[in-house]
Amino acid sequence: MRFFATIRLAIRALRRNKMRSALTMLGIIIGVASVIAAVSITTGATKQVEDKVASLGQNVVSVFSGSFGTGGVRSGWGGAPTLTIDDAKAIKGEVKDAVAVSPEVRDRSQVMANGLNWNTVIMGESPDYPQIRNWNIKSGSMFTDQDVRSIAKVAVIGKTVADQLFPNEDPIGKSIQIRNIPFKIVGVFESKGFNLFGQDQDDTVVIPYSSHMRRITSRTFLNSILVQAATTESIDKVQADITDLLMQRRHGHDQDFTVRNQVELAQMATATAKIMSVLLAAIASVSLVVGGIGIMNIMLVSVTERTREIGIRMAVGARGRDILVQFLVEAVTLSAFGGLVGISLGIAASKIVASSTGWPTLTPFSWIVIASLSSAVVGVISGFYPAWKASQLDPIEALRYE
Amino acid sequence: MNPVIHLDNLHKTYHTGEVDVKAVRGVSLDINPGEFVALMGASGSGKSTLMNVLGCLDRPTEGLFLLDGVDVSKLNRDQLADIRNQKIGFIFQGFNLLARTSALENAELPMFYMRHRLSTEDRHLRAMQALETVGLAERAGHHPNQLSGGQQQRVAIARSLVNHPSLLLADEPTGNLDSQTSIEVMGVFQKLNSQGITIVMVTHELDIASYTKRNIILRDGLIISDIQVANRLNAETELGRLKEAHQAVKLA
Repeated sequence: MRFFATIRLAIRALRRNKMRSALTMLGIIIGVASVIAAVSITTGATKQVEDKVASLGQNVVSVFSGSFGTGGVRSGWGGAPTLTIDDAKAIKGEVKDAVAVSPEVRDRSQVMANGLNWNTVIMGESPDYPQIRNWNIKSGSMFTDQDVRSIAKVAVIGKTVADQLFPNEDPIGKSIQIRNIPFKIVGVFESKGFNLFGQDQDDTVVIPYSSHMRRITSRTFLNSILVQAATTESIDKVQADITDLLMQRRHGHDQDFTVRNQVELAQMATATAKIMSVLLAAIASVSLVVGGIGIMNIMLVSVTERTREIGIRMAVGARGRDILVQFLVEAVTLSAFGGLVGISLGIAASKIVASSTGWPTLTPFSWIVIASLSSAVVGVISGFYPAWKASQLDPIEALRYE
Repeated sequence: MNPVIHLDNLHKTYHTGEVDVKAVRGVSLDINPGEFVALMGASGSGKSTLMNVLGCLDRPTEGLFLLDGVDVSKLNRDQLADIRNQKIGFIFQGFNLLARTSALENAELPMFYMRHRLSTEDRHLRAMQALETVGLAERAGHHPNQLSGGQQQRVAIARSLVNHPSLLLADEPTGNLDSQTSIEVMGVFQKLNSQGITIVMVTHELDIASYTKRNIILRDGLIISDIQVANRLNAETELGRLKEAHQAVKLA
């Protein structure tokens, strides 16, 4: 019962000295605001990466030419050509839970239509491609296995290419020239946006891999193989099976390919962001400690200044514990209120960053709770010693204090 | 009737460093309800120490102290705090009000430390009643820096009344006030005493002591004189005389 009265007294005491209270809170405010802003920015970035990873497709396992970390030579993704169509066919035939496979070749090229020019990425894929990528065809349809077998000159284009070359008309049925070879447009993809690496996924022309390897380029090796696993649970097994199968086919030579699943790709992309956010949180926590020291400092000064007042309170009946609680509550009120202001400022700052850079930000509720609790705890810890000192004062001497 | 204060061979010795200071050396004293006592003596006579013990701010080294029949010499810190809260009202020379706080809130202060908390309305009511008793109801919202010395002291008196104490202890209450204000404050004390409140006051001014009913003089830690006041002064009368004197000066 006395507790609520003490809280009321504490708030009154803080309001008597608004400027000092505000300045004392500043350390906590800045500390909490930085933690919240940093966490919001990195959480938003991480979420965005996760969304983009999801847009890669469903349960996708990617096989890349070249291996990371064989000897001292690192070939980049899709670099040294080592994957073949037969590898892809073997995967499709023998890996149990591989439900869709697309051999992939990639090349940049000029394309022309309607007298308009555009530089884009030409992808050679199988008809499984839309399913693997979870990428619907908006109008028209995907090419077929027959098209692959007959090395047909058919293409499905992305929205960006469609907008650039066919701004006012329906591209279906029209002709597009790839390296002076006319291809018939049979479908247009729906919009997918930007991928993990900041590339415009809609800026592409997809043709049968056979046509790519014979007509556009002259190749025997693939850049990569995209595989879809039957279920999320089977991804690991599919990954292992593909690795085993391809190693078998290489008869014990060095592993010249890399198999990655979606989740691993996402983790690689977000690894830096995660390290950054841990660092930022650590630094910002240090400023919380500094804020706590500031509070302890001010509370000690406050106790000394108010020695007379403490004497009066004791004279009219305050017990040692009443004084302890009063000053402790003042310290916790300072820090908790500073924490709340810091949280609001942090969220506001992250929103400003979001609107000016275009990166989305997200403030996780768990962090708001953590920040609130931490600031309250800082108040308790830093306020305790001054409050205890106050409670131990002798009333007679305190009343005599000048 | 039980005396409010019963002292039997009270001693208080301070052990500071090497030398023991015997501030009070065997004081025996009874103060009954309704009395109005002035404690007098030179500095070092032990009157301040005696006041501290009477006010339960300090414990006697030896001897018996019964406050309202309760032996307070054996109580611990927390129990003494409760006694101070319930039974004693303090008035100090320096007023000792909380700065930047209204007269009403200052008067309410002791009520925050009661064992059984009062509601906000009850607290306000009691504080306002106390302020009315000392004639400061219209200034309930004023802060100490907006009040004169005499008014501040009256707020302090109101504060000392709110918990309906058995005893008021005043330490040189008129020490920081001019002569007219001092008489006004003594008038408040006389009014309260006539309503039955027991008052013990430390003062070194003989004329102020004349407003009380009983004068006790201390020297070197012992009572050397304890007499009823013969020609007691009345505050209202004295104020009237003071005003006439002022008029006379003006006319002259």
